Amino acid sequence: MVSSNTELAYNSKIEGEVIVSRADAVINWIRTNSMWPMPMGLACCAIELMGVGASRFDIARFGAEVMRFSPRQADCMIVAGTVTYKMASAVRRIYDQMAGPKWVIAMGACASSGGMYRSYATLQGVDRIVPVDVYVSGCPPRPEALLDALMKLQDKVKRERSAKNLLSA
Amino acid sequence: MSATADVTTALREKFPQVTLRDSLDHPAVNLPAAEVPAALRFLRDERGFDLLADLTAVDWAEGVSPRFTVVYHLFSTAGHEYLRVAADCVNDLEPSMPSVTALWAGADWHERECYDMFGIRFDGHPDLRRILMWEGYPYYPLRKEFPLAGIETPLPDAEVAAETGTKVIAAPMAGGPFVASPGEINLTEAEPRAKDESWNEHREKPEA
Repeated sequence: MVSSNTELAYNSKIEGEVIVSRADAVINWIRTNSMWPMPMGLACCAIELMGVGASRFDIARFGAEVMRFSPRQADCMIVAGTVTYKMASAVRRIYDQMAGPKWVIAMGACASSGGMYRSYATLQGVDRIVPVDVYVSGCPPRPEALLDALMKLQDKVKRERSAKNLLSA
Repeated sequence: MSATADVTTALREKFPQVTLRDSLDHPAVNLPAAEVPAALRFLRDERGFDLLADLTAVDWAEGVSPRFTVVYHLFSTAGHEYLRVAADCVNDLEPSMPSVTALWAGADWHERECYDMFGIRFDGHPDLRRILMWEGYPYYPLRKEFPLAGIETPLPDAEVAAETGTKVIAAPMAGGPFVASPGEINLTEAEPRAKDESWNEHREKPEA
């Protein structure tokens, strides 16, 4: 179907008046509403993470439904599950491969603190290897708790000085 | 019971060094390590024990000789019976055992786990590497001298360790572990209770 609109430039009759805003507000609005998660599913929390993505809880309502299994395309790593020391290096490397700006949610007791695994084999909290923005309690957390964590993270991102950070980078 | 009695009798006729082992459930026998492959092959081919249900080991603690015992649980899918076979490792310091991967392919990962956790080398194993812990981990975690909390060691990846400054740390249980005290005559003292070991990186371990 061929569109009748052949305008290539900005057309105020169609698009309305020019919106004036701050660069921070625009950048942060874009970032918060398309925060693509990197699902670092390592144990049972990953099942709840799948629940969050499915229709009943529907993380798409918050713009984070596009689970990216490539760290290059992800913005927010959701560490869902027990991180063993053997896996810790892989988690850190995947975090390093994510393009900035990037955020981390530690989902559940194990990712936050090692949980019940006080053990020679389990990393005692993923914040020992990556900077965590939001911790979610629960074993595993309810899907609503993860949605709440995502909203908390979005609030946090909305307060960032993005334009300044971009110019100084 | 007659069928199981047959198995142990037949095994003892074929391998005179076999002795009966105390058991509360299934029939069990002791074997010398050197006869393990031949005896298990006999049990598999002649007596129908075609399934290796489990392969594990026991550490009887430092100073005990023999220190390590490898235990095989065999199951006959046709006869519906179990048999437990135990063999002591000859060397207490560098324990080893002949591999049975030639008899059951499934023994491969069992033996790797046994090597990983107890440090028992399985002679003839095609690929004896650690399976749960990483290559280069200096301890065998299921040995009796390995503390429950673990031992501080570097991370497996030196690059990540340098970047993050993180180590494998000893993680004692807060308000635990919930264990019985060995060697207590008084049952009130010996009964299982929580030993509070809630020391950590920020709070020093109290002197015993």
